[in-house]
Amino acid sequence: MVRYLLKRLFMAFVVVVLVMAFLGVLVHLVPGDPVKVILGPRADPQLSEIVRKQMNLDAPVATQVWDFIVNAFQGNLGQDFLSQLPVTRLIAGVLPHTVILALASLGLAVLLGVPLGVFAATHQNSILDRIVGIVSVSFITMPPYVAGLFLLLIFSVKLDVLPAIGSGSFSDPVDYLKHLALPAVALAVTWIGYLARLVRASMLEVLNTNYVRTAHAFGVSERVVFYKYALKNAIIPTVAVLGVGLGTLLGGAIFIEVIFTRPGLGSLIFGAIETRNYPIVRGGVLCVAVLFVLANLLADLSYRFLDPRTRTELARA
Amino acid sequence: MAIAVPTRPARRRLVERLRAPLSILREVARRPVGLFGLVVVGGLLALAVAAPLVAPYSDTAQNIADRLQGPSLAHPLGTDELGRDLLSRLIFGTRIALGVAIPAVSAALAAGLVLGAVAGYVGRWVDNVLIVVMDTLQAFPAVILALALLAVLGPSLRNVIIVIAVSFAPAYARVARALVLTTKQNQFIEAERSLGASDLRIVGIHILPNIVGSLFILLAMDIPSAITVEAGLSFLGLGVQPPTPSWGVILNDGFDRVRETPWPVLWAGLMLMLATLGFTMLGETLRDVVDPKLARIRRFRRT
Repeated sequence: MVRYLLKRLFMAFVVVVLVMAFLGVLVHLVPGDPVKVILGPRADPQLSEIVRKQMNLDAPVATQVWDFIVNAFQGNLGQDFLSQLPVTRLIAGVLPHTVILALASLGLAVLLGVPLGVFAATHQNSILDRIVGIVSVSFITMPPYVAGLFLLLIFSVKLDVLPAIGSGSFSDPVDYLKHLALPAVALAVTWIGYLARLVRASMLEVLNTNYVRTAHAFGVSERVVFYKYALKNAIIPTVAVLGVGLGTLLGGAIFIEVIFTRPGLGSLIFGAIETRNYPIVRGGVLCVAVLFVLANLLADLSYRFLDPRTRTELARA
Repeated sequence: MAIAVPTRPARRRLVERLRAPLSILREVARRPVGLFGLVVVGGLLALAVAAPLVAPYSDTAQNIADRLQGPSLAHPLGTDELGRDLLSRLIFGTRIALGVAIPAVSAALAAGLVLGAVAGYVGRWVDNVLIVVMDTLQAFPAVILALALLAVLGPSLRNVIIVIAVSFAPAYARVARALVLTTKQNQFIEAERSLGASDLRIVGIHILPNIVGSLFILLAMDIPSAITVEAGLSFLGLGVQPPTPSWGVILNDGFDRVRETPWPVLWAGLMLMLATLGFTMLGETLRDVVDPKLARIRRFRRT
């Protein structure tokens, strides 16, 4: 187990380093003067000079990449071209909002998706099962920004019951939650459908096993079989996908944050792309990637821990 | 003699292979979900091809006097802030959605197939290097990788295709690699090698035809994701640029006026949902019909 843990940690570390190298070399992958790549063809000469100096663009590419990696590990992601504020501080300022949004969505998805899946599995092939199936597919295929725009249209524009702009402040928790409601639901929609489907499928798989049949034969009640034997095992594959889930939620958050004018990593990156403020783009994207790698690591480890079968495989390895 | 024996079944297989797509389509159409997918996808393809014939107006003709109207007889879905007919823009938008998604996913498939086949077949350090590169690209959520690439490439329709292809390719490479690895284990490959076949022949004639089918199903299932990413990037103003009527561009125009009229956002959103749902249902039915692994599971359950 320890050996596996170390190996997995090392792999995650290597991927993070490579991600940094990729982001360090990115501006040089596009043909042409990197300053023009960053600022656009109509770059003003004064700003060009700042960019060239600040990002050390005249140094050999390998040196630039190495410096970026070393600095990033020391928590230095460069400076905003315009305000000269450190990128790390800008990210730290908005990160909590994005993390809260992503976790709230993930929580909603689990709270709604898992029971739906269980319901569908325990009522297999009934009309309600079919309806849950159609609803799940519709939810899965609904782009998060369409969900966001529709919710905004209904609850903010037509009914005017929930705020459409900003995040509220932490000092007023009720107001903050009101601002969180629509974005969190919009982002959760895809994963509610996805989890419902996944849980239904894995639950049906477990219900088809011999030990469930044996439990039935011994006269164990339906309820105990469903919830104690089947659900417990069916939930394990769900844990494994939550890491990927957090990644797609972080990706979708960019649309949701722009739609609801919410501060966060996504709107930070979006604003920086529009103003061609490259250090912020690079730092923000790196932050998302690191979060994604960590989430996957965590999901993978807890999956291994929850499933005794993989645990014995680990002991042998 | 040693040659004559295997040719006859091989020839019969070829005939079956040509007949197979038709019977697969028939099987797909027999299921309600598959039929829905077929109808939607067929309809979208027809709209894309025949857009100038079907659309009542031009997609860019402005008529300021009739701006921001709701649905009416003259404009069945209403008009946008420049008085352009929304129905016509949605119909022409089908061209953009499919014209970006299909080439992008096909390019991702081609690149992933080549990389994955090389990694899986050659193995050793080549495999390790490719795995590491794929791991790095997959450390980003697809949308974020697409955004980072667009930040340096600049927004344009062509760049959106490139960016989607690059962010989708690693997944194909992974699947292709895994499929090559399992196909390589077969005895007929070993037999072929012992007869002195070159690597190129083994991969090209014996391995690729065996794995291409599964990859094409993935392609059908990825088109809705590509449509979603394109429209999303265009919605942010970083993808296809106005006045090109991408559904994302229509959403963005509508979002700016969302307090005055709900129609552009509503229609473009519904159109996106319909398209992604149709392609997903078609793709999933195809997978259920074709993928032998799933078929085996179902047979097992029935008994």
